Amino acid sequence: MATLAGCAGPRSTLDPAGPAASTIATLWWVLLVGAALLFLLVMVLFVIVMMRPGWARKVSPARWIVLGGLVLPAIVLTPLVVYALMTGERLLPRSADNPLRIEAEAEQWHWNFTYPSAGGVKTEGVLHLPAGRPIDVVVTSLDVIHAFWIPRLAGKIDAIPGHANVLRIEADQPGTYEGLCNEFCGKGHSGMRFDVIVHPAAAYDAALVAPDLAGRIAR
Amino acid sequence: MTDAIDQGATPPAGSALRLHRELSEIWRTGPGLQRLAAVNHSILGIRFMVTALAFFAIGGVLGMLTRVQLATPMSAFMDVGTYNQVFTMHGSIMLFLFAIPMLEGIAVYLTPKILGTRDFAFPRLTAYGYWCYLFGGTILTVSLLAGVAPDGGWFMYTPLSSNVYTPGINADVWLLGVTFVEISALTLAVEIAVSTLTMRAPGMSLDRMPVFGWYMLVTAFMMILAFPPLILGSILLESERAFGFAFFDPTRGGDPLLWQHLFWLFGHPDVYIIFLPMAGLLSTMIPVLAGVPLAGYRAIIVAIIGLAFMSFGIWVHHMFTVGIPHLALAFFSAGSAIVAVPTAVQLFAWLATLAQGRPRWNVPMLYVFGFFSTFVIGGLTGVMLAIVPFDWQAHDTYFVVAHFHYVIAGAVAFPLIAGLYYWLPLLTGRVAVYRLSVPAFWLIYIGFNLTFFLMHLVGLLGMPRRINTYPDFESWTFLNMLSSVGGFIMTIGFALVVVDLIAQIRYGRRIRRDPWHAATLEWAMPIPPAPYAFASLPHIEARADRINVGTLAPQLARGEGYLGATRNGWQETLGVHMTSGAPEQLIVLPRPTYLPLWTAIATAAAVLTMLAKLYPLTLAMAAVTAGLFVFAALNAGLDRDHGLLPVGRGVSVPVHTECAHPPAWWALVFTLIADGTLFTSLVFGLLFLWVAAPNWPPVAVPDTGLALSLVCILALAAAAFFARRALVRLVGRQAPRLFIALAALALLVAIGVAVVLIGGIVPRPSDHALGATAAALLTFLALHAGIGLLFLLVATLRLASGRAGPTRTIDLRLARLWIDYTAITGALAVGLVLALPALVALLGMRP
Repeated sequence: MATLAGCAGPRSTLDPAGPAASTIATLWWVLLVGAALLFLLVMVLFVIVMMRPGWARKVSPARWIVLGGLVLPAIVLTPLVVYALMTGERLLPRSADNPLRIEAEAEQWHWNFTYPSAGGVKTEGVLHLPAGRPIDVVVTSLDVIHAFWIPRLAGKIDAIPGHANVLRIEADQPGTYEGLCNEFCGKGHSGMRFDVIVHPAAAYDAALVAPDLAGRIAR
Repeated sequence: MTDAIDQGATPPAGSALRLHRELSEIWRTGPGLQRLAAVNHSILGIRFMVTALAFFAIGGVLGMLTRVQLATPMSAFMDVGTYNQVFTMHGSIMLFLFAIPMLEGIAVYLTPKILGTRDFAFPRLTAYGYWCYLFGGTILTVSLLAGVAPDGGWFMYTPLSSNVYTPGINADVWLLGVTFVEISALTLAVEIAVSTLTMRAPGMSLDRMPVFGWYMLVTAFMMILAFPPLILGSILLESERAFGFAFFDPTRGGDPLLWQHLFWLFGHPDVYIIFLPMAGLLSTMIPVLAGVPLAGYRAIIVAIIGLAFMSFGIWVHHMFTVGIPHLALAFFSAGSAIVAVPTAVQLFAWLATLAQGRPRWNVPMLYVFGFFSTFVIGGLTGVMLAIVPFDWQAHDTYFVVAHFHYVIAGAVAFPLIAGLYYWLPLLTGRVAVYRLSVPAFWLIYIGFNLTFFLMHLVGLLGMPRRINTYPDFESWTFLNMLSSVGGFIMTIGFALVVVDLIAQIRYGRRIRRDPWHAATLEWAMPIPPAPYAFASLPHIEARADRINVGTLAPQLARGEGYLGATRNGWQETLGVHMTSGAPEQLIVLPRPTYLPLWTAIATAAAVLTMLAKLYPLTLAMAAVTAGLFVFAALNAGLDRDHGLLPVGRGVSVPVHTECAHPPAWWALVFTLIADGTLFTSLVFGLLFLWVAAPNWPPVAVPDTGLALSLVCILALAAAAFFARRALVRLVGRQAPRLFIALAALALLVAIGVAVVLIGGIVPRPSDHALGATAAALLTFLALHAGIGLLFLLVATLRLASGRAGPTRTIDLRLARLWIDYTAITGALAVGLVLALPALVALLGMRP
């Protein structure tokens, strides 16, 4: 699906590169098909009542309202809500997966990342991840509200001063991805982005302590 | 309609013209500058709508500016500061200065006519509401020209909107200007609710009320409940900005999420507040265009009441990414999905109506089609966004921008223009030319879908909202350019509609009666409507959306209904029983007056001096405003008893001044419901901070004096007792003065104690949110006790002048009700402040 023309792009949620984004992209295609069918249904009904009033008059008003207003939503919404709940539960940060922990700190208008697993190495504007391993990003802010988002990997979570939110992300393949701030945070909002560099899992620990680590903040 | 009326038997032939002349003389608004004194609902309704359209044009231009900026990547058209002001003001203007006032204008203009009465209950309040709206809107617009417009987004999230990160005047303009306009919205909401419930044509029980009345009633109650949380939030945030109180600052025990809860507690119902009146227009027009009665009248009423309730329980779906536990989100997610049910009920009721009839393809119908297609898309994307995991990706992207433009731009613009074409013959007495109407529709329709449909896609491709520029990603660039082109096509369409409407107003063919074969009361009057609306009021014996306009209109014009004669030069209309619609009181309405204008100018002065941080002057202007309200109250009503007066068809009722529950009573009841919502929001705020905010517990723990607190509560109880005694004595024809004085004294004691308690609060309000919320609770008490004093002052002065007396007791009744409310909320407030140390001690258990 993701390779459909026009869906690719460095920030496309429809071109997923991780399990969370992939799950949500599938959810989207399901939603799209359902919505398109419902839209067609209503518009066909509208055309029929306008063009063929005699035909449509055979259905009593009460039946119209019960079928369209109660039965139809019940049939559509009940499984949808259950599916959504189960999907959401699967995307939550569960400690059973033994995730790697990285701290993300937003400040007008840049991102700092701390890697406790590598003895507290810090980077600015570049997030380093291992491929194929679940990661919990602990997101907070030092000033106003920002939001942490890597569209191709997962959904977003707000960075709120005084709060620490946890987002589960994972990248399937090594490579470079785009991350950005997704909550309006003032004049620098449009440019508040970061690079995500995904390393092969085996090379990750070494990369973090290498002297030429991209974005490294000297201590 | 053949019963004799009280004064003279059946009116003689030619009486219609004479009655018209007499009524016009009584109800007219003077020429020239005297127009500023207008209080008539037709005039004010049109003013609201025309002003709202002017703001729509301004907001539209701002929207176009954003489309110019975003048409190409790395655009240098606007700098980021300007862009932030432009998109903030686009949203703020469209929602607060266009959508809400437009629905108010429609309500003011149409509701009395559709319900078969001559005006709204509080014409001077309508005028005051209009001026507040105009002045507040002007302040916001002028700030844009001065380059100091709000720039923090229409949602004003803290801490970005705090004085640390937005030190300039910009955020103050938003908080004060929008609150100013909201005062207007609240006054209108109370007025719509009271008028719909108590002022209808005699015999129009609630189950005979046209569905439009139900929509307006439900909308009004939603406004009464939805606006207070935002007003409270704005007051708290402004006091944080101006005086350093800590409510939202996480470093001082506040929480930015409190603002979001208060904002969306308003913001989500607001969507339905805007949509429901438009649905009301559709439910009124569609049956007429189809030539059959509305299908599912009762189902629709149940649906909109259900919708109103649900809309208050799903605000959290705007906050799916703030870190609330997933199971809690699931609850709000399911709620947001279920909201589709009442909406689907309405949609299929309209389809059923069309199916039963022989719908005509005309210009309003074309816009109904436009509504159906955009609204269904908006509704479906709404369900998508209610799905939590999908929202995690789509939240704050252009997908959301697309969604809500379908819902509140498409689902407002299309019904609104349909309504304009439908009701303009009523306003102007002319039918449309229609030469431009059809191409204008297609330009709007194509332009709208081109602009906003593509935004879904660019959002999914990862484009966030509120960015002023973007890198040259191939997919984004192409889609944004097309969106901008669509925007300009849509704008040309809107411009053509304006030209078309002007052509209709200037050159349309004159008509004398209903061009649609409608069946509601607004067409059973001379077209365009006279200032008195109905020469006499109809008696309703069946559902009032099945009126035979052709036979009823001439009967009413001849004065064959209720109040078909003039008396004492009074502007008369009838008040009815809330549910049964039986006539209960003769309501005498006030004449044109400049007082609303002066009061609004004083209010505007208070707002402007606050903006200029001249706080002593603000206090003075607030005092002037309060004084003008007292002055307005002094001359209201009548100065003697009239007993039962004949109102036609053999019915006699008392004048409203001699009733226990005139419209003013219900207005205060509904105002207190709004006020109670504000108080509840404040208590919610305190408990929310206690449970969830960072940096709790505070270093210092409050230690409020128990003795003083008890004195305060006792003083409030005493005030309530004395006010009650005063009323009993007045009704028993004894002098109530002593008890009024005692009640006032007790209120003064309560205010004094509250001030002392505020002065002693630990931690200081500027040090920690705990102190700030405690101070807010006690200030609430003191302020309400102060307003209680004004009520007592009005009652005293009116007793002295003879306008109040043993049979005209409303002033003391209002005072008593207000003081009762003050005593209850005041005791709760003091009790909460006393409980704070215990609450803080409990914090040890916080996870």
